[in-house]
Amino acid sequence: MSDAPAGLTSWLTTTDHKRIGLLYFWTAFSFFLIGGLEALLIRAQLAQPDGHLVSAETYNQLFTMHGTTMVFLALMPLSASFFNYIVPLQIGARDVAFPRLNAFSYWVFLLGGLFLNASWLVGPLFHAGMLNVAPDGGWFGYANLTERQYSPGPNIDFWLLGLQILGISSLAAGFNFIVTILNLRAPGMKLMRLPTFTWMTLVTQFLIITAFPVITVGLVFLMFDRFFGAHFYVHEAGATPILWQHLFWLFGHPEVYILILPAMGIVSDVLPTFARKPLFGYTVVVYSGILIGFMGWGVWSHHMFSVGLGPIADSVFAATTMLIAVPTGVKIFNWIATLWGGAIRGTTALHFAVGFIAMFIIGGLSGVTHASPPADLQQTDTYYVVAHIHYVLFGGTILGLFAGIYYWWPKMTGRLLSEPLGKWHFWLQFLGMNLAFFPMHFIGLLGMPRRIYTYSADLGVSDLNLVSTVGAFLIAVAMLVFLHNMWRTRRHGQRASNDPWGGASLEWSIPSPPPVYNFSVIPTVTSRLPRWTTERHGPMKDPPAVPPGPIHVPGGSWWPLVAALGLPVMALSALTHTLWVVFVGAALLLVGIYGWAFEPFEV
Amino acid sequence: MTHAATAHHTSMGLDNRKMAFWAFIGSECLLFGSLISTYLVYKGRSVVGPYPHEILNIPFTSVSTFDLLMSSLMMVLALAAVQRGDMKWGKIWLFSTALLGLVFLGGQVIEFTEFVHKGLTMSTNLFGCTFFVLTGTHGAHVAVGVLWLLTLWVRALQGKLGPANAMTVEITGLYWHFVDVVWIIIFTVVYLIQ
Repeated sequence: MSDAPAGLTSWLTTTDHKRIGLLYFWTAFSFFLIGGLEALLIRAQLAQPDGHLVSAETYNQLFTMHGTTMVFLALMPLSASFFNYIVPLQIGARDVAFPRLNAFSYWVFLLGGLFLNASWLVGPLFHAGMLNVAPDGGWFGYANLTERQYSPGPNIDFWLLGLQILGISSLAAGFNFIVTILNLRAPGMKLMRLPTFTWMTLVTQFLIITAFPVITVGLVFLMFDRFFGAHFYVHEAGATPILWQHLFWLFGHPEVYILILPAMGIVSDVLPTFARKPLFGYTVVVYSGILIGFMGWGVWSHHMFSVGLGPIADSVFAATTMLIAVPTGVKIFNWIATLWGGAIRGTTALHFAVGFIAMFIIGGLSGVTHASPPADLQQTDTYYVVAHIHYVLFGGTILGLFAGIYYWWPKMTGRLLSEPLGKWHFWLQFLGMNLAFFPMHFIGLLGMPRRIYTYSADLGVSDLNLVSTVGAFLIAVAMLVFLHNMWRTRRHGQRASNDPWGGASLEWSIPSPPPVYNFSVIPTVTSRLPRWTTERHGPMKDPPAVPPGPIHVPGGSWWPLVAALGLPVMALSALTHTLWVVFVGAALLLVGIYGWAFEPFEV
Repeated sequence: MTHAATAHHTSMGLDNRKMAFWAFIGSECLLFGSLISTYLVYKGRSVVGPYPHEILNIPFTSVSTFDLLMSSLMMVLALAAVQRGDMKWGKIWLFSTALLGLVFLGGQVIEFTEFVHKGLTMSTNLFGCTFFVLTGTHGAHVAVGVLWLLTLWVRALQGKLGPANAMTVEITGLYWHFVDVVWIIIFTVVYLIQ
């Protein structure tokens, strides 16, 4: 009952949220390294004016795949790894609501990621060289550049099919976690007692299930244009390519919050633990998160000021964009106030959390500068915007995720990462990112456009670009330190107790790593900080080490994997224009779903 | 379908699958919302014919709309029968719902074929693009629903569907009614308001 099954089969068929969380982590981290290598090649190319390390065509593929990989294959699934591993533990549940759907989400994500990245290698199958058929239209894939007329190769096909596959993974996980968080809470775990990370996860899932259908429609239109001669984005037929921009950014802006809210949740959990103080203004932090979720839907056209939508649209979107900075600012003040007067322990996790606040403020401030249309017209499509997005997504999301990694690593693996190595990692990464991204503000304002594969020395940005490249390689060194830390910890890391940090939430009341059934007895929650003494309550009693009776644990299933395999097969059919393959894919999907529906499986 | 609907206690008192389905329907609203918005944005922007008023057959589509509405009624009756354990009528109504769904799909096949004969394809003009993708996506949803209903019907024939599975039938019904409501919007927006 408590012995975890071992072997490859047990991983291929697993429905355990903890294993799926680990699978998400290792897969997403691998994609993160691939996306990082792409970034290093980009920076190596730009280190000097008139660089000729890669061709313009290769460069287009590099920045497209860097963006796509980091957003869809690294940041989102790294957050998903914590949704999977931590959320059920934080709410006092034994698993997610739909364990097999959870496995399906993971397999679809893995296969979608492999499908996208296969484009680097399979050029010869399309009568092109290697490194020739990867997506090359930018991560935003603006029409009408992406139409068959202007992008005849399979590059964009890989992109639009891959993203549709990945969307299915995110949607399935979205439904699963909404139900898990709302319905599987332990007795007494009221909504306003949920740990902040779980709250932000919930808001994120609502954004996912509402935003992903919109990009799916945009991608379906593009697919019909490219494969069946439709005209959704063809100007000559009376259509407007601006439709793509609206659909993409209607998804794209909520996506920004899909990427940042989980990191905000992590930081809101890490800071109180290491300041030994409850989160300052918990309620306000939660409501700000919800408000950000709502307002995130009303700002998309600030990505489109240069389109010329007219003064009314521009003013409205400028105003909503400036407004959304308010709940974000509220959260920042709450985090700072949490630290104020706390008994602070300077752990690596805390370093990353505080680094997150500082870097996210810089990214937030440059964001507010684009909120003004006249200023944005100067900044748009320059490196200034690249600086902004990297302060938000690297300085924000990545630092937040690393705070989570150092914080929950002992829970997930049973061993503590080395703190001295962690500090080296933090400072190298912190220095590296500021060297890499801060000069980009100047590079952009001095007039260097983004997404160009080379520049002339006359532009006067050569030195700044070199500094930026040095910073990028420093980040790479920081990653090597982290890799070393993980490797070393595997054997020599200090073993973690149930609660190495003195955390307040339920995940710290059980062994590290937790047994298959998580909680030997489902806890009853009486306060927001169940493991801490609060004014009204003493700390909760941890569940006993040995369960008092047998606990039912769901078994494994092959069907999620079978069903998931159907999707890339169908995509392959579109890619190679072979009809019969689509029937194979559909058959796999159907067999998977029917097998799934009718196998005996008790949650 | 293999586990009883009431097996688990839930924090909100709502069945897990039902809650997931409501979330799914919310998500689908955004999907159809995007498709319908695109249809409206591109309305009247086709540069060549055939145009909607030349080709849409309102009487014919009114009949298939009525057919789909009646299928929703059958669905209600099916659920009521399964809930009270009357599997004889449960089977009849489930099959009728699926049958009316099939009739609707047949109508769509006839309509699409006729349009293609009259020179309207997806690559003809913007009306063709938006019309076929919008109604085609809806048709695909109906097709999935028919498959689902027929599966339930076969399970009922095998004696494996009873009042214990009422929740499964209820969720199927949620899906079916949703797809029906979407059609009412499409019928209004595309056919009635030209």
